[in-house]
Amino acid sequence: MTASRTTYQIPIGPIHPALKEPVNFHFEIDGEKIINVDIHLGHVHRSIEWAGTKRNFIQVLYLAERICGICSYCHPMSLALAVEHAAHIQVPERAEYLRVVHAELERIASHILWAGVAAHEIGFDSVLFLTWQVRESVLDLIEYLTGNRITKGITMIGGVRRDITEEMVPRIHATLKDLKKQVEKLQHVMLDDSTIQMRCRNCGILTKEDALKLCAVGPTTRASGVRKDVRLDQPYFAFGDLDFDYVTPDVLTGEVHGDVYDRIIVRLLEVKQSIDLIEQCLERLPPGDIVAEPKIPTLLASLKKVTGEGIGRMEAPRGEVFHYVRLTAAESLFSWKVRAPTYSNILPWIPMLLGQQIADIPIIAASIDPCMSCTNRVTLVQNNEPRMVDRERLHQLSIEKTRRMCL
Amino acid sequence: MTTTTMKPEDVLVSFQKKFPDGITQPRIERGTSGTLKTEFCHLWFRVELDVFKEAVRHLFTFEQYPHFAVTSGYDLGDIIELVYHFSLFHGERGRELSMNMTVSLPKKNPVIDTITDLIPGALISEQEKQEMLGVIVRGIPKDVRVFVADDIPQGVYPWRRDETGPAKLVRNLHEGEL
Repeated sequence: MTASRTTYQIPIGPIHPALKEPVNFHFEIDGEKIINVDIHLGHVHRSIEWAGTKRNFIQVLYLAERICGICSYCHPMSLALAVEHAAHIQVPERAEYLRVVHAELERIASHILWAGVAAHEIGFDSVLFLTWQVRESVLDLIEYLTGNRITKGITMIGGVRRDITEEMVPRIHATLKDLKKQVEKLQHVMLDDSTIQMRCRNCGILTKEDALKLCAVGPTTRASGVRKDVRLDQPYFAFGDLDFDYVTPDVLTGEVHGDVYDRIIVRLLEVKQSIDLIEQCLERLPPGDIVAEPKIPTLLASLKKVTGEGIGRMEAPRGEVFHYVRLTAAESLFSWKVRAPTYSNILPWIPMLLGQQIADIPIIAASIDPCMSCTNRVTLVQNNEPRMVDRERLHQLSIEKTRRMCL
Repeated sequence: MTTTTMKPEDVLVSFQKKFPDGITQPRIERGTSGTLKTEFCHLWFRVELDVFKEAVRHLFTFEQYPHFAVTSGYDLGDIIELVYHFSLFHGERGRELSMNMTVSLPKKNPVIDTITDLIPGALISEQEKQEMLGVIVRGIPKDVRVFVADDIPQGVYPWRRDETGPAKLVRNLHEGEL
């Protein structure tokens, strides 16, 4: 009798609905339990940093906007911050407040989108549709303020491209008022539901120590009790003027588990915080210019004389976005490094997934709100006999687990 | 270990005392934001390659878990420069210090020690520097490609500006035939 293997392999991705962009997991499974995981990236690397060094300083903003469809404001704005630091450009105060408004609207839209995806992953599709309805009103407001829903085209080096006028303020308040009611409802539905608690509490735990060692960022690290938020740690824009604090799960529950449920808490509380921050900005919005240099040719002419380097850091919805630029008195950037938050939240996936069940993979993978896209096939390889398990089957496994726990 | 925030000048002096010949071209860049003129600070310096690893280790005298953001890098002809971006003292409003350490590697022998034994979260960034710039990270625990596609030939490094760069692989659509 020959010894047989007691484990089998499951590759997931590079295309999967739990992932907004392609990534590839190789799981080693013992029964239902994950005992090892390896992660492969890079399936849609578009050489954007390289391409960015072939464009002028304005063109590259629009390229940066296309790094991510959800963080389409954070990336160009972090790039603008880096260039402003390298070129010592002082942004007008009014523009700094306007920048906060757009950043927080992006956070609201992103977190609500995530809540819907997370609910879908455990079979709670009525919440998915509720979130889509709520997010739609936010996107309508973004369109009203910037002219676009997704790629907003609002960023400019030294400020923003469009003002918020007096006539626009009532529409913003009306949307925020409605949003507050909807978020209360969403919080009740997601946090007080016993099924969600059963699926998400003590699932996919990231300890505080692992979060710190693995350099996790954003809600992923804050849900593990780490007080880390660039808006507070090193205030930029007008965040230093505003009244708010770090959001960790103990703010609501008095304790930190570092699990999927805590990541839900942090994001929902941050939506409320973002609404409050926008209201504070509208209340205190100072008069003045919205951009340091309104004439683009003048701006370009001054930037192509600059030699130096700078960093731009922002707290994007998923965590710290980091941009580095090096300028060498030329028409375009000499070097540009972009680090999106998911880059820092990939390694924390490993301790979250180890010891969990196959059916928990979708919700744990989604819980860091990965910025990677998706599709629909998984291959199970058992005893060297591959068989396809499609996206529906994996999703079905997750729903079946939810139902088992409810019986 | 309890973290106590320190002034950027004190952090810099600590590095200079520990590495008298290893730290050069320091600069502290300050700026302000908002109507309250909240100050932020970025510390930059160059570190000699032979003390680089110890300089990273020195970060742990300020904080139990210094945060590593990413490593930037670029090709300057005979040398490759890497900029390691760290931050210290998060968790307290307005106290975080950004630290940027630049280290030069000779392109003929672009070898640098891994820092993943000190900061495990640096792994992906080290893998990226290997494949993008052709840097050799000595002791890296996982020596495989992470971002570059498998069909990119070995020996081509997308961020290089010499003959090992990506020029041969670039297709300019505007130069093609209709």
